[in-house]
Amino acid sequence: MIENFKEVIRAAFVIARRDFTAIIFSKSFFFFLLGPLFPLIIGLAAGGLGKQVNQDIDRPVIGVALSEGETEKLIEARDALAENLGNRTIPELVILPEVAADDPDIQRHLDKAKQPLTAIISGTLEEPRLTGAEQDVKRWQGRTALLSETALKGSSPVAVETDYVAATGSSKKRTQLLTAQGGQIILVLLTMILAGMVLSNLVEEKTNKIIEILAAAIPMDAIFLGKLFAMLGMALVGITVWSTLGAIGLFFIIPDLPNLPAPAVGWPIFCILLVVYFSMAYLLLGSLFLGIGAMATTVREVQTLSMPVTMGQLLVFFLAAMSVTKLGETIEWFAVIFPFSSPFAMIARAAQMDNLWQHGAAILWQAIFTLIIIRFSVMLFKRNVMKSGQAARKKSLIARVAGR
Amino acid sequence: MTSTSPDNAIEARQIVKRFDGDTAVDGIDLTIKKGSIFGILGPNGAGKTTTLRMLLGIIDPDEGERYLLGSSDPISKAHKVGYLPEERGLYQSMKAYDAIAFMGALRGLPLTEGRKRGREMMQNHGLGDAVDKQIRALSKGMAQTVQLLGTIVHEPDLIILDEPFSGLDALNQGKLERLIRGQADKGVTVIFSTHVIAHAERLCEEIAIVADGKVPFKGKVSAARDRLRPQVHLETRELDGPWRSSIPADCEPLGHNWHFTLPESGVEPLLEALIQGKAGIESLSIERPGLHDAFVHIAGEAVAKKMDTDAAADALGEAA
Repeated sequence: MIENFKEVIRAAFVIARRDFTAIIFSKSFFFFLLGPLFPLIIGLAAGGLGKQVNQDIDRPVIGVALSEGETEKLIEARDALAENLGNRTIPELVILPEVAADDPDIQRHLDKAKQPLTAIISGTLEEPRLTGAEQDVKRWQGRTALLSETALKGSSPVAVETDYVAATGSSKKRTQLLTAQGGQIILVLLTMILAGMVLSNLVEEKTNKIIEILAAAIPMDAIFLGKLFAMLGMALVGITVWSTLGAIGLFFIIPDLPNLPAPAVGWPIFCILLVVYFSMAYLLLGSLFLGIGAMATTVREVQTLSMPVTMGQLLVFFLAAMSVTKLGETIEWFAVIFPFSSPFAMIARAAQMDNLWQHGAAILWQAIFTLIIIRFSVMLFKRNVMKSGQAARKKSLIARVAGR
Repeated sequence: MTSTSPDNAIEARQIVKRFDGDTAVDGIDLTIKKGSIFGILGPNGAGKTTTLRMLLGIIDPDEGERYLLGSSDPISKAHKVGYLPEERGLYQSMKAYDAIAFMGALRGLPLTEGRKRGREMMQNHGLGDAVDKQIRALSKGMAQTVQLLGTIVHEPDLIILDEPFSGLDALNQGKLERLIRGQADKGVTVIFSTHVIAHAERLCEEIAIVADGKVPFKGKVSAARDRLRPQVHLETRELDGPWRSSIPADCEPLGHNWHFTLPESGVEPLLEALIQGKAGIESLSIERPGLHDAFVHIAGEAVAKKMDTDAAADALGEAA
């Protein structure tokens, strides 16, 4: 068993080395490196897709800590204004019955709030006090005054007292959501662009009739695994080149880069996880595409297959994007467990949750599923392309998946 | 687990392969001794390639069992096997010596050693000028030689060649025959399929004739030939006499020439009868039938004709 595994790894390395050098030293690799021009365009388009998520993230939620009667008036005023000015123009209000209107430690309630709060209105409608991060308070001060004035039926202008606090738990959560979304978009874009290339990866072997030499010499799993790792290696070379050039470019264009919101696990681990989850997403989708592409007998068939495959990737992206703001909810758990969306959902978690063990479990699950896909792909390839396996078909499903 | 003999390179028992309901290989038994040159003869579509693919583990049989170098999992013995498929193929962008090394590396030979051997082998086979050329820059014959060298670069114990002479000109066919003999002299088992009987007749100790997915004959070449009686070619001055009863009654002369199968009684009684009966022998020759005649006898006229057509098409392809 161990010997077999060692042989598969050895043979996979031979295939990976051949493919990797053949790609890296080809003239077309230069054009591949020019590829980011294309993702830039895709990125702009994807910006529209991310807008919905952004709106969810940016939509302010203001806590209300007023007396019961004033709270009612404020809610009524909010509804009236939302009807006239549009729902998104006026911040969402959340009643905080446990917070007294004259509570001296509003910041504590901001940090402990169950949902991320932009700020809290306390005091009275005549003299409201808005507590929150400086940028948030400045942004919503005017609307808070408008809300109070409307609640008081506009008798006189209301001056809002401001109370700035240092970074709150809520503002931190919101910035981490931005990081989660950013990390996810990077992962999805790279995977979408690079994993699709695996589709046509066995065409060379089939058109050059090399597949029979390979199939007679090494386990078929090693061929698939080797090809997958060669393509992953190529993708990582591309990413290294692009990110290096991108960083240099940014340094010259915007020397004073703004402070990016730090993810929950910290930047170094987040960057490592970004590479790891890209690799896992690539291996998961790549193994699926390799399996699908291996069934194709001509380049034309591969081209035909590429469209539904891209659509499938987009669906996975939608699922992952949808789950970003739903941490801990069923949909987010589904995205975490569903293998193809798992890397994207997990990078979002890395931005928002600081426990690391879950990443170990997720990576293990994703690796196991990659191997399962490769086994199935090999089985289908042997049966449908190499025209083998009626004997194999008689074996149990588990035996086939296990390669026994 | 069925036991296998350590003396055998290949054992196949009742292997069957069906494609979409059609039976390509129908219960073939094969035992091939280590160190022998074994030929698998049959026309295109007889099931030769499918049989070889099953023996190598490229595809699994639907029924039956096969053992390659004692293992029922042929791929596990791949590092001791060299295989040249019928459909030749190499990575076009690879340099010739690197292609040889790559084929060796697939079967466990370290790449650096493979590259060294690849260069040496190409020099020894008169391809020194092509060592650093890409495969796409080589002629078809040169590329085929490179692939053949890649098949043996890791010094396998067993070499399986599927239609190795196909597409080669006469000169290269001669080289390939010498290479096969050279490998056999080193104790390597060589199995090849062909639809050209002459190659099998010159090279093989044992053969299997494959027709319609079955093996109507397997054994020594001499045993196949022994299935037919020797042919007598006789020229006499006389056309009739007492000697006439010594030759088959249904044999009609063509002029003064007689062609007939040697009677069971043998040569001496025939000679005696011809001399004593004063037949006036002008010439007499007794020919042992060739493998082609034996093939016609065993596989049938139709199969033999198909194989001759395949061979002719192959020769035309080489000429083109």
